[in-house]
Amino acid sequence: MNEEKEVKGGIFFTIGFALLSLVWVFPIILVFINSFKKKVYISRQPFSIPTDNMFVKFENYVNGIEKTGLISAFGTSLFITIFSVIFIIVCTSMAAWYIIRVRNKFTSMFYYLCLFSMIVPFQMVMFTLSKIANMLHLSNPVGIILIYLGFGAGLSVFMFTGFVKSIPLEMEEAAMIDGCTPLQTFFKIVFPVMKPTAVSVAILQAMWIWNDYLLPYLVLDLKKYKTIPIAVQYLKGGYGAVDMGAMMAVLVIAVIPIVIFYLVCQKYIIAGVISGAVKG
Amino acid sequence: MQNSIKKYFPVFLLPTFLAFIIGFIAPFAMGIYLSFCKFTTVTDAQFIGFKNYTKIFSEGDFTHALWYTSAFTVVTVIIINVIAFAIALALTKKIKGRNTFRTVFFMPNLIGGIVLGYIWQLLLNGILLNVGKTLSYSATYGFWGLVILMCWQQIGYMMIIYIAGIQNVPGDIIEAAQVDGVNKWQMLKDIILPMVMPSITVCTFLTLTNSFKLFDQNLALTNGEPSNMSELLALNIYRTFYGRNGWEGVGQAKAVVFFIIVAIIAVAQNKLTRAKEVEQ
Repeated sequence: MNEEKEVKGGIFFTIGFALLSLVWVFPIILVFINSFKKKVYISRQPFSIPTDNMFVKFENYVNGIEKTGLISAFGTSLFITIFSVIFIIVCTSMAAWYIIRVRNKFTSMFYYLCLFSMIVPFQMVMFTLSKIANMLHLSNPVGIILIYLGFGAGLSVFMFTGFVKSIPLEMEEAAMIDGCTPLQTFFKIVFPVMKPTAVSVAILQAMWIWNDYLLPYLVLDLKKYKTIPIAVQYLKGGYGAVDMGAMMAVLVIAVIPIVIFYLVCQKYIIAGVISGAVKG
Repeated sequence: MQNSIKKYFPVFLLPTFLAFIIGFIAPFAMGIYLSFCKFTTVTDAQFIGFKNYTKIFSEGDFTHALWYTSAFTVVTVIIINVIAFAIALALTKKIKGRNTFRTVFFMPNLIGGIVLGYIWQLLLNGILLNVGKTLSYSATYGFWGLVILMCWQQIGYMMIIYIAGIQNVPGDIIEAAQVDGVNKWQMLKDIILPMVMPSITVCTFLTLTNSFKLFDQNLALTNGEPSNMSELLALNIYRTFYGRNGWEGVGQAKAVVFFIIVAIIAVAQNKLTRAKEVEQ
């Protein structure tokens, strides 16, 4: 609509939105500035630029990384996110295809249970889920992948089945008549067509798993493993005043990779959000 | 073809199905059962009927959290959707730099709730420093702090969905209306709004459930202070579980009530706005 016509007074819109954009990024910039400030000054003078005796170079970063074990938390988060997403994509796309192509009471029941699971808040299952994970020895970065597949299956199955319904049968039938097994048919014919949906699912699940706090906090053995949100919250932990300097540094380290990832993959992220919303 | 695929059940459906049972079905069913039990762990549960449920409202904290959450949800749903829609309307017009603005507004969405909470704690406490107070001074401060944080996080996401909706309005309908001489207000009210109703359905649904189920941001920004007065439902349930010995059953019963409320909201909201959608 009206795409070609420049809006009347467009320059004022541009200026207004530019100001609003500055307001939007200000909180992040503020944290960045404070990450170079001596910790006692952060709560007292959050809006001043760190100069002379306030400036501490990378001291806060060294502190924050040491106190939280942020490097290994970063590795754990990365491992859990990447492998959970891969596992979710492969398993739920196969499940979705099976559900649509083999119509019987069992598959349709499973489908409706998946839909149902999407509206259940995590608090409903948090206690029992963490106990079950413990009993089955899933309290580690490998075991939690299975938990994420189970708890994240709802949305993924829903999005994939929505897409499979629109794929015509002819190609698959031709492939099977030519002697392909269902597995070959799926990976050679069906999965390549599903790619856009797979990207959307991957983006949505990665955003959820990377940022998730409560599930890994309750499921993981915290003496051995921490994710980034757990490491951040750990600074707040029981012992006295929070080291604000370390906190600022840790926040910056937590945000930077996400911003870079966003700027690189922006197109896919936004497309993923839109197609997820339309089907959700 | 269906029969040859059917034999492949163990490969296609079984992994997801098993994970779904471990990650969702079993914890959910056990959660329902445990809400009628007294327990400290899964193995020592004793059936006590509805006693947990009658205890839910005995101390007033759940009722307070329920009202606090409801008020928070209503306020954020209205503000986020109105502002996101307005920005989407402006950024679908030809304005210099609109792609940059979209990128900036969407970005906070990728940052996790815990990290967001601490970013805003720094900024809001810094501002409140001028009047000699902090966020934990009263529940009202915490309330508006959470509202501001939530708007900052969600407006960009909803804006993206609204932009997709507005761009889907067929150009010939707009042109026909312009030829008929409708004014800007009529165009918005009678043509654009009804046509983007599907986006409004999705966005109100997402903002409703996100606000109602909010946990991480609440934990990081106010941690319920002062004395649990800024506690949203999810945090209240979490603390009943893990903060008070012997109250696990009540926590689980609260979680069941929470789930039922979320389910009712989700179904009612869906019926209400779907009824207003027009066939395109």
